Amino acid sequence: MISQEEANLETNLKSKESSRFFKFFKDSDVNWGATILLLIGSLAILFPLYLAINVALKSPQQLAQSIFAFPKKIHWENFTKAIELTHYFRSFKNSSLVTIPTVIITLLTNSMVAYAIARNLNKKFFKFLYYYFIAALFIPFPIIMLPIVKEMSFLGLDNRLGLTILYIVYGLSMNIFIYIGYIKSLPNSLEEAAIIDGASTWQIFWKIIFPLLKPINATIAILTSLWAWNDFMLPLIMLNERKLMTLPLVQYVFQSQFSTNYNLAFASYILALAPMILVYIFAQKWIISGVMKGSVKG
Amino acid sequence: MTIPALVLFFAFHTLPALTGILYSFTDWKGYGTWDFVGLKNYINLFKDSRALDSYIFTFKFAIIATISVNIISLLIAMGLNAKIKFKTALRAIYFTPYILSILVVGYIFNYIFTFFLPDIAQALGINALTKSILGNPDLAWIGVVILAVWQSCGFNTLLYLSGLQTIDHTLYEAASIDGAGRWRQFTNITFPLISPFFTINMVLAMKNFLMVFDHVMALTNGGPGRATESISLLIYRGGFAGGEFAYQTANAVIYFIVILVISVFQIKVLQKREVEL
Repeated sequence: MISQEEANLETNLKSKESSRFFKFFKDSDVNWGATILLLIGSLAILFPLYLAINVALKSPQQLAQSIFAFPKKIHWENFTKAIELTHYFRSFKNSSLVTIPTVIITLLTNSMVAYAIARNLNKKFFKFLYYYFIAALFIPFPIIMLPIVKEMSFLGLDNRLGLTILYIVYGLSMNIFIYIGYIKSLPNSLEEAAIIDGASTWQIFWKIIFPLLKPINATIAILTSLWAWNDFMLPLIMLNERKLMTLPLVQYVFQSQFSTNYNLAFASYILALAPMILVYIFAQKWIISGVMKGSVKG
Repeated sequence: MTIPALVLFFAFHTLPALTGILYSFTDWKGYGTWDFVGLKNYINLFKDSRALDSYIFTFKFAIIATISVNIISLLIAMGLNAKIKFKTALRAIYFTPYILSILVVGYIFNYIFTFFLPDIAQALGINALTKSILGNPDLAWIGVVILAVWQSCGFNTLLYLSGLQTIDHTLYEAASIDGAGRWRQFTNITFPLISPFFTINMVLAMKNFLMVFDHVMALTNGGPGRATESISLLIYRGGFAGGEFAYQTANAVIYFIVILVISVFQIKVLQKREVEL
């Protein structure tokens, strides 16, 4: 046993020595094979996006000549026309007015519910709640789809507010699952000390627990905003009025009007994708680490 | 705080699910009067070839897409976990599709399948591909698989990557000293250690793909004919436009049972395998 440890230690030392030695060559331990394969693979990701931008910048005549080549004369007017035709800023506003409240309220409420459940799992009622919410993960949406539309229009909630409520409520199952996994890993001692100091549960949650939840809040915020922003099915079944429609739904509704002019259609697609891409470019590191953290804890 | 959450969740999730189950025993069209008809909807569903076809398509799609996504994601994740150049940039690129709307990406792929690929095939003289695969009832489902794999690999890759990063590097060094090759290292170290992530990925991917809707709406709209009509799409269409409200809720109930059985089965089998490893 000891000899094996010694051997390990020795190899560690050796590899450290050798890494010091190779520092001179800096990149000689880079796996170039994997790098090149991944670079080639990334073309499969980038190419459709290149093509989309390319088509969006051309005129129909240019498109007929070649799909692939980058246009010599760029037709920005495709974008201005698409903005006018699809009322881009209106649907952008609709998407924002659904996504932003959804994310904020989800963070504030779901974390609190998860905290209450996580710290009371020894009580029968909370244990029931936990399994009740988790069980809903296995219920496919189509079983709810038809009745919920009737219910929401009966309540007069077939609008942005109704959509927001549904995202907050439907996210609960998954979010509670992720939050509880994380809260369980937090030590009880801080709260106990706070209780002795006479803090109420409400104060404990907002002053102590919620700040501690920061990393997992990031995960939830990212996943929720991706879902609410990109979702197509719920807006499709819930929103009938054109002036309330969200960005993805608008693309669907305008399909028939686009059918003759692909350049215009693609300009509109790029505009629909642009907000997320812009956010992603600036917050890429944060988004990726947020998603990865959630997967380890959850 | 838990009480309002419970009330809201019941009102907007459980209640519609229960009323759905109730309606599945009636003949409601979505409007007008209705009567209880017992199990008639369920019996008719088993004789309905349109419903059967949608189940066959959905399963064929979900199984192939789940397997492809998991293989490709694991490969990408292993590549990204190696000592490579441009690591952050590559990771960012591979995750990009996941942040985009499936519907909009679907329209872009629709164009690629319909115009771009046939053009290329013609230029290269590959006759088999000069017609759009989306127009071919036997091949259209492959287009849906390609879109699904392209869009969802990023997420699964990240899950695998976070699994791979939990593995201690000295294990590999020890193994290579013992003379274990790359493949032995993969089967004996990497795979067993990330198997919880494998379970999660398989279950999540399968469940999501069984619900496929946006992909089909954007690419084929269920066509050509009804070759790519998924279960969700059938329930949506029949339930809202086809006057089959009650009938399609019965379909949704069966769908629910199927998804439940598969999820439980998958978790049981995969967890048992985890223990054995």
